[in-house]
Amino acid sequence: MTAIVRRSGGNPTNAPDGGLCLALSDMGSSEATLSSAIRTETTFTVNGRRVQMELDPRESLLDVLRERLGLTGTKKGCDHGQCGACTVHLDGRRIVSCLTPAVQVNGQAVTTIEGVAAPDGTLHPLQEAFIDNDALQCGYCTPGQVMSGLACIAEGHAGDDDEIREYLSGNLCRCGAYAGILAAVRETARRTDSRVGEG
Amino acid sequence: MDFLRPVTWEQALAYKAERPEATPIQGGTDVMVEINLDKGRPAALLDLNPVAELTRWSTEGTEIRVGAGVTYTRLIAELGPLLPGLAQASRTVGSPQIRNRGTVAGNLGAASPAGDAHPPLLASGAIVEAESVRGTRMIPITEFYTGVKRNALRPDELIRAVRIPAAAGPQYFSKIGTRNAMVIAVCSFAVALHPGERRVGTGIGSAAPTPRRAPEAEEFVAAALDWEGRSPLDPGAARRFGELVAGAAAPIDDVRGRADYRLHSLAVMARRTLGWAWNDYTGRGPA
Ligand SMILES: Cc1cc2nc3c(=O)[nH]c(=O)nc-3n(C[C@H](O)[C@H](O)[C@H](O)COP(=O)(O)OP(=O)(O)OC[C@H]3O[C@@H](n4cnc5c(N)ncnc54)[C@H](O)[C@@H]3O)c2cc1C
Ligand code: FES
Ligand code: FES
Repeated sequence: MTAIVRRSGGNPTNAPDGGLCLALSDMGSSEATLSSAIRTETTFTVNGRRVQMELDPRESLLDVLRERLGLTGTKKGCDHGQCGACTVHLDGRRIVSCLTPAVQVNGQAVTTIEGVAAPDGTLHPLQEAFIDNDALQCGYCTPGQVMSGLACIAEGHAGDDDEIREYLSGNLCRCGAYAGILAAVRETARRTDSRVGEG
Repeated sequence: MDFLRPVTWEQALAYKAERPEATPIQGGTDVMVEINLDKGRPAALLDLNPVAELTRWSTEGTEIRVGAGVTYTRLIAELGPLLPGLAQASRTVGSPQIRNRGTVAGNLGAASPAGDAHPPLLASGAIVEAESVRGTRMIPITEFYTGVKRNALRPDELIRAVRIPAAAGPQYFSKIGTRNAMVIAVCSFAVALHPGERRVGTGIGSAAPTPRRAPEAEEFVAAALDWEGRSPLDPGAARRFGELVAGAAAPIDDVRGRADYRLHSLAVMARRTLGWAWNDYTGRGPA
C-alpha cells in the first residue's frame, strides 16, 4: 500500500444554505498535476447535508469524505475493497467507499458513521450493543462493522449466527473481536424484530 | 483524466466512438483497484451508471436479458430461479459490499480467467450483446474470451446486456478458495443440465488462460446419462466425467494454487456438481 498522498483539499466551510462548500484555492504543491487535471462538478448529500464540489475523477469517495469533508470516522484499511473499514451506505445500500469514485455518487445520498447516532448524540442501538458486548479492541474496524451490521440487519440477513457471519464477511477485524461483533448484531437484530412484531 | 457521464445508451455509444480509449466503469470494483494501485491511469472514465436502462433485466422468449448494470446482489435476489448457476456463482463474489456494486458485465469486461460469472455463462451458453455506433454484435460466450484478461470487444464497443437461456434443468456452481468468502477462485466449475436437448453444459474457471468448456466431458456424459429412465448416476461415469473435465484444463502454478491441485480439485468438483444436478433431475434429492 502506498502512503503517498496525492490528493489534498480545502477545508469544508459551512455554506449559507446549510450545505458544505469547498475552497479549492488552497491546493498543496503536490497537487500540481491534479490542478491541471479536468475536474468534474459533483453534487450529493452526506448524512443529509448537501455537498457540491469539483473533483478529480480518480478521487475515491473515501478520500473525499476523510480529506476534504473532515469526516474521518470512515477508515482506510486497505484501499482495495478487501477489509470493509471504509463501508458507507449509498442510497441505503452498503458499499466500500475506497472503490467508489466520488464523482460517481453524483445525485445520490451517502450515510457515514457520523450520521448513525441521533443529532443529540444518542447512540444507535447497534452502537450501544457494540459497547455492551465488547465488540471492539482498537476500534479501527468498528465504523465499518457498524455500517455493515446495520445493512445486514436491514437486508434481513441477520436470521441466525451463520447468516450474520456470512453477511459480515466483507469486514475484517485484526483484533479478532468477531465474537462480540456477532453478538452485538444478533442482539440488535432480535430487538428490531420484536419491535416489528409489537408494531 | 476526463470523466464522461452519459445518461442515455446512445450518448454512451457516441462517447465510446469518439473516445475509444475511455475505460467504461460500472461498479468500479475492478477499475478502481487498478487506479488505487496506480497501475496506469485511464485516459478517461466512461461512467455507465447513469444509463438507467442498463439496470433492468427482462425475459425474452426462453432467454433472460440481463442489463450491464444489474448488480450481483440483484441477480441473487431476483434471478435465482431463472438462472440458478449464475446466481450461485454471484453469491460467492467478494462480499456484500462488492456485490452491491459489481456486475456480470464488469466481470466480462475484466475477463479474468478467475471471474466467477464465466463458468455458469459457459455452461448455459450465454450470448454477450455488444454494441457500438456501427451496430450490434451477438457474441457467443465461447468466442468472447480471447486471452488472459482479454475479450472480443472492439475498442468502440460496449456491453449492453448478457443474454442467458433460462435454466431448463438443474445447474450447480462450485469454487475452491482459502476462505468461505471474499476469495478469488483457486479454480471453479459450473454444470448445467439441458434435459430437452439431452445435453450437459460445463464451464471451467481459473484453470486455463481463459475460462473454457470441457467439450469431451460434455459429450461423454450426455451419452452416459439415462435421461429417459432417470436411473442413478453410475459412479464410474461420474469419475470419468471428472477426469475429462480436468483433462480439458491447462492450469499453471501460481500464488493461489499449484497446477496439480487445480486438476485434482476440478475433477472432484465436476464429479460432485454432476451428482447434485443429476439427483435433482431424477428427483432423488441431495446426494
Ligand atoms: C475485494 C474484492 C473481491 C472480489 N471478489 C471477486 C470474486 O470473488 N469473484 C469475481 O469474479 N470477482 C471478484 N472481484 C472482482 C470484481 O468485483 C468483479 O470482476 C466484478 O464483476 C466487476 O464488476 P464491476 O461492475 O465492478 O466492473 P468495473 O470495475 O466497473 O469494470 C471492470 C472491467 O469491465 C469493463 N466494463 C465494465 N462495464 C462494461 C460495459 N458495459 N461494456 C464494456 N466494458 C465494461 C471496465 O472497463 C473494466 O475493464 C473482486 C473485487 C474486489 C475488489
Ligand atoms: S479501505 Fe475500503 S475495503 Fe479496505
Ligand atoms: S477492533 Fe481492532 S481491528 Fe477490529
